[in-house]
Amino acid sequence: MGIEQLVQAIPFDQLLVQTINGIVAGMILALVASGLTLIFGIMDVVNFAHGELFMLGAYVGVIILAATGDFWIALLAASIAIALLGAAIHVTVLRPLLGRDPLTTILATFGISLVLQNYALWQFGPVARKIQEPFTGHFTLFYLEYPWYRLVIALLSAGIIGALWLFLKFGTYGIWIRATTQDRVMAQAMGIPVPRVLTAVFAIGSGMAAASGVLFGPLVGVNHAMGLDWVLKAFIVVVVGGMGNLGGSIAASIFISLLESYASLWVSPAQAVIFSFVVLILTLLFRPTGLFVPTPK
Amino acid sequence: MNARRIAAYWIVFSVVLALLIAAPLVLPEFWRRFLTEILIWGLLAMSSDILIGYAGMISFGHSAFFGLGIYGAAAALLSVKPPNLWLALLFGVIAAAGVAAFVAYFSTRLRDIYFAITTLIFSQIFYVIIFTWTEVTGGENGLTFSRPPLAVPGLFSVPFTSQTLHWFVLAVVTLSYLVLRRITRSPFGMVLQSIRENEARTRAIGYPIERYKIVAVMLSGLFAGLAGGLYAIQNRFAAPDFVFFLVSGEVIIFNVMGGIGTLVGPIVGAAFFLLLREGFSRFFTEYYLIPVGLIFIAMVIFLPQGLLGFMRRTLNR
Repeated sequence: MGIEQLVQAIPFDQLLVQTINGIVAGMILALVASGLTLIFGIMDVVNFAHGELFMLGAYVGVIILAATGDFWIALLAASIAIALLGAAIHVTVLRPLLGRDPLTTILATFGISLVLQNYALWQFGPVARKIQEPFTGHFTLFYLEYPWYRLVIALLSAGIIGALWLFLKFGTYGIWIRATTQDRVMAQAMGIPVPRVLTAVFAIGSGMAAASGVLFGPLVGVNHAMGLDWVLKAFIVVVVGGMGNLGGSIAASIFISLLESYASLWVSPAQAVIFSFVVLILTLLFRPTGLFVPTPK
Repeated sequence: MNARRIAAYWIVFSVVLALLIAAPLVLPEFWRRFLTEILIWGLLAMSSDILIGYAGMISFGHSAFFGLGIYGAAAALLSVKPPNLWLALLFGVIAAAGVAAFVAYFSTRLRDIYFAITTLIFSQIFYVIIFTWTEVTGGENGLTFSRPPLAVPGLFSVPFTSQTLHWFVLAVVTLSYLVLRRITRSPFGMVLQSIRENEARTRAIGYPIERYKIVAVMLSGLFAGLAGGLYAIQNRFAAPDFVFFLVSGEVIIFNVMGGIGTLVGPIVGAAFFLLLREGFSRFFTEYYLIPVGLIFIAMVIFLPQGLLGFMRRTLNR
C-alpha cells in the first residue's frame, strides 16, 4: 500500500473526531493522574487505591444525583465525601507506615483497593449505573452529533488542575505542602504540621479522583471495576510524565490518550491499550525519569 | 548449637512432609483437592519470594509467568496426542521462562516502585494479548483440556486419582523447595541478598547487578511457570483471569501473610489466605475479600514479618 492510499484510508474527519476524543479523555486522565502524582511526589506513596477512590466518587455522585437531581451538587458532594474518606484512610492505614520502606505502602494501598472494590460490588451490585449528564446539547461535527458535555468536561478538568496549581503556588497549605516535599524534617523543624499536611495531600488527591469519577460517569456506566483501567493508565501517565511532576503528567495524559484514540482507528480499543504500554516501556528504557523532564545530569 | 539447629530443621521438615504425604489418606475429597491447591499456590508464592524476600524486588508480574505456564501446558496438552504429563510441564516452564527473560531484560533496569509498575504493565500486556487473541487462546472463555495420565515413558501409564495427583504435586513442590533453598544459600543467593541490603555497595564490590537480577527474575518465572503447569493439570482449564494482575497481588498477599524471605512462609501464607477465603465465603459469599483485605492491611501494619516471622520471634523469646 502506497503512502497516498494510506492517507486516503484515514479519512480526515475521523482523525479530527479522534483528536477531540483523545484530548477530552486526556484531560480526565490528567485529573486522575495529577492526584496520583501529587500523592506520590509529596508522600512517596504509590496509591494503588486511587482507581477505587475514582470509582467510589462516581457512585457517591450517582447517589447524590438521585437524591438532589443536581449534577453540580453531586460533583461537589462526591469530591468532599471521598476527600474525607481519603483522610480517614491516611490516618488509619498510611500514617502508621510513615518512615517504613515505601514499598509497604504499595501493599497497604493494594489491600485498601481490594476492600473498597469488593465493598462497592457488595453495596451497589454488578449492574452498571448511569449518571445523567447535566446538559444534553450537541453540535455538528461532520456527520457526528458531538455532545457539548465532553468539551465541558475537558475544560472543567483543566480548571480543577489550574486551581490545584494556584493553590500549591500561593495557598498557605500549598506552600506548606511544597516545603514538605522539599525537606520533610526541615519543614517539621520550621513548625509545619507535617502529618496533617500529608493527610491533607491524600485528601486532596482523593477528592480529585472522585471529581474525575463523577465527570466521567456520564460517558460510560459506573461499575465497581471501572477503577482498575484508570489506575493502570494513571500509573503509565505518572511514570511517562515523571513521578511527582504535575506539568509532565498533564502532557503525558494528553499524549497517551491521543495515541490510544488514533490507534483505535485501526485496532479494537482493547488492543489500543498496548500502544500506551509500549510507550511506557520505551520511556522506562530510554528516559527513566520521564519524557517531559529535563535529563538529570 | 548450629548442628542441633540443622538437625531440628530436618526433623521438622520430615514431620511436615510425612503429614502432607499421609493427608490424602485421611482427608475427604474436598479437602484433599484443597490441600493440593494450597501446594500449587504455595509454589507460586515461593517463586515470587526469591524476588520479594531475597532480592528485594516486588514483582507484580507473576500472574504473567503463572498464566503463561498454564497456557503453555494447555498448548502441549491440546496439540500433542496422546497428552503427555512431562511435555505439559516442560512447555509450561519454557513458556514462562521465555516470558520471564523478556520481562526481566526490561524491568531489571529499574528499581523499587518502578520495577513493580513495569512488571505490572508487562503482565497486563500479556493479559490483553491473551484476552483478545481469540483464535489461539480461546479469548475470554479460555481453553479446556483433559488431564494427562501419570506416566513414565516405557514403564507405566496410569490415570491420575486425586491421591496420586496430590502426591505428584507434593513431590514437585518439595523438590522445587529444596532446589530453591539450595539456590538461596549459594553464593548467588548471597549476592541477591546483598543487592537487597545495599545495591550501590554490591555494585561497588564488583558484582554485575543487572545480570544477577535478570537471572533472579528468570528463575522466579521458571518456578512460577512450573506452578502454572501443575495448576493446568489439576484444574484442566486455562483462562485469561489467571494472567490478570490481581493474581500477582494475591501472590504478594501470600508472601506478606506468611513472611517474606523464608521460602516456607509463602506456603504458610497461601494456606492461611485460602483458609480465610474458604471460611469467610461461608458468610460473605463472593465478598470475602473485604474481611481478608482488612486482615491483610492489619498484617502489613502490625505484623510486617508475617506469620512465620511472628512465630519465630515468639518462640525465641
